Amino acid sequence: MKARSGSDLGFQIGTGAFAALVLAIVVAIGIVLFRESILSIREFGFRFWVTDIWDPVAHEFGARPFIWGTLYSSVLALLIATPISLGIATYLSELCPAALRQPLIFLTELLAAIPSIVYGLWGLFVLVPLVRDLENAMPQWLRDTPLFSGPPIGLGMLSAALILAIMVTPFISSLAREVLKSVPRTQREGAYALGATEWEAIRVALSYGRTGIIGAIMLGFGRALGETMAVTMVIGNSPTVSWSLFAPQYTMSAVIANEFSEAVDDLHLHALIEIGLVLFVITLAVNAVSRMLIWNMNRQALAKPKAKLEPATLGGSA
Amino acid sequence: MKKLMAILVAVALTAACGGGEGGGPVRPPDAATAGNNQINGAGATFPLPIYSKWFSDYNKLHPNVEINYQSIGSGGGIRQLVERTVFFGASDQPMSDEMLAKAPGPILHFPTVLGAVVPVYNIEGSSTQIKFTGPVLADIFLGKITRWNDPALAKVNPGVALPSGTITVVHRSDGSGTTFVWADYLSKVSTEWKDKVGASSSLNWPVGVGGKGNEGVAGLVKQTPGSIGYVELVYALQSKITYGAVQNQAGEFISPEVKSVTAAAAGAVRTMPADFRVSITNSPGQGAYPISSFTWILLYESPDDKANGLVMSDFMKWALGDGQAMAAELGYAPLPDELVRMELEQLNRIKVQ
Repeated sequence: MKARSGSDLGFQIGTGAFAALVLAIVVAIGIVLFRESILSIREFGFRFWVTDIWDPVAHEFGARPFIWGTLYSSVLALLIATPISLGIATYLSELCPAALRQPLIFLTELLAAIPSIVYGLWGLFVLVPLVRDLENAMPQWLRDTPLFSGPPIGLGMLSAALILAIMVTPFISSLAREVLKSVPRTQREGAYALGATEWEAIRVALSYGRTGIIGAIMLGFGRALGETMAVTMVIGNSPTVSWSLFAPQYTMSAVIANEFSEAVDDLHLHALIEIGLVLFVITLAVNAVSRMLIWNMNRQALAKPKAKLEPATLGGSA
Repeated sequence: MKKLMAILVAVALTAACGGGEGGGPVRPPDAATAGNNQINGAGATFPLPIYSKWFSDYNKLHPNVEINYQSIGSGGGIRQLVERTVFFGASDQPMSDEMLAKAPGPILHFPTVLGAVVPVYNIEGSSTQIKFTGPVLADIFLGKITRWNDPALAKVNPGVALPSGTITVVHRSDGSGTTFVWADYLSKVSTEWKDKVGASSSLNWPVGVGGKGNEGVAGLVKQTPGSIGYVELVYALQSKITYGAVQNQAGEFISPEVKSVTAAAAGAVRTMPADFRVSITNSPGQGAYPISSFTWILLYESPDDKANGLVMSDFMKWALGDGQAMAAELGYAPLPDELVRMELEQLNRIKVQ
């Protein structure tokens, strides 16, 4: 018995060390990013986050257009991808005929396996011309609004958001489907027993699994934030801050990928690494916020577990 | 020790043979398998196709010499050379005085081949080659000329039906020697460009959208009516994209081709500085295509590994001699003979003992 507990202890320490390794890697990445960008941090300080000029010739570097482009494109991508993904997940787990289910699951997962450079090429040669046609077809009064201003080039925020949406959809839908699958049968049976329609029973299941679904969306957000190759090929790579969906813009990961290999000047290199640091901080913040959101929801759910199963919430049709 | 001496002798003999048959019979048998001469280099992506061919052909002539080249970009190549993690560097732009001062020893520049950057465009229904002047190109890329039928363009293209549509400017989004050469030329022909934008591998572009790589720029130009961009000559020739002629300093409109690029280097030979760190854009020569440039191999004057120094110096002699004949078929322009002679002299400065 003693030996057993000894090996248990060893197992605990061993796995604990692996877990600690993850933490150590995250900290090490942070330290290296900070150290390697020190010239830029000293030179620009907080201004780096809020200025718009990125001029390697004049040694003037500001990250705001890149921060804006990354967040804007990722949020837009989620706005497009979330309803589609939840639709796919719901259909596959609740409504789909059994014969169709496996092929559809296979196809959505295939989408996730396509390399991003392939998405980029497809985006450049197929999506961009389509977006340009759309821009050209748009009536002038709409083109005058800030959301659709700018020349109809095809490259720009809309193309980037669309390609990102296509790329994150398989992630969100697969995870959301897993979440729905893990909702106990009794939840749905209970809803049906109370006289709920199919739609209402699905709402109960979605509501039951909402923390998992939010987790899935946040994972998609994280992936959209860091996506580089496909985005840089269609976003136009112009560091501007604009609400316009047609305007060429830029993202943080794209500028690093684009300029890193040919950056000779020290300050330029450090500024690029500081962009990496900013991306790192923002990704950490997004993850922390989503954790807190989920944690908060779980606590509320525990505090009043009955609330969501009350017949009243199922609507008047009961 | 004895073995090392044998290898050194073998290397010296191989080097002495120059472009010969590899000195098979005189070489001790163990030298071929010793793997002594493994030389690592890193740098520009632009000359990768010809360097790969050179290194592999040289390896066939000298099986005991293996030259590895990583095309990580000029910036990375210079950095690794200065840190002495590679034996030689390669760059599309000469090293700055600042970078040279950082290096642990003097570094020599050797132009290897020439390349050129060409304006490519997409004008629907136009079959005649459009002519550009330097100032017109600068004004288009500054966003001052916004329509194809601008008087400045019409003036140099008499009889060509230019459309009235807007010009979409496409530039490289990735840091690139191609961008450096393009901007370096525009800086020479437009003071406004020089003051506002300048020349570097990445720029703060006044207008336009960025495409990734030559293929990105060419792809965008091909599918966007009314667009103009710039790509390497090699790429323009291969991808069958429409490209323009550019006016040189002598006032001639020159279509970019291998011959006119070599002429640009020949025009610059008279004023060539001793260290070969020179931009040959806007070259004064007759028949010279004005947006031409060298690409360089960078070597320490006093290499830390003398044996490799000897081999590399022999390789350079071969590349500047027999190697030049391979340039044109790969889309690069060979160096003018006079420059080759100057470089061979410079090679003697490398201390191999």
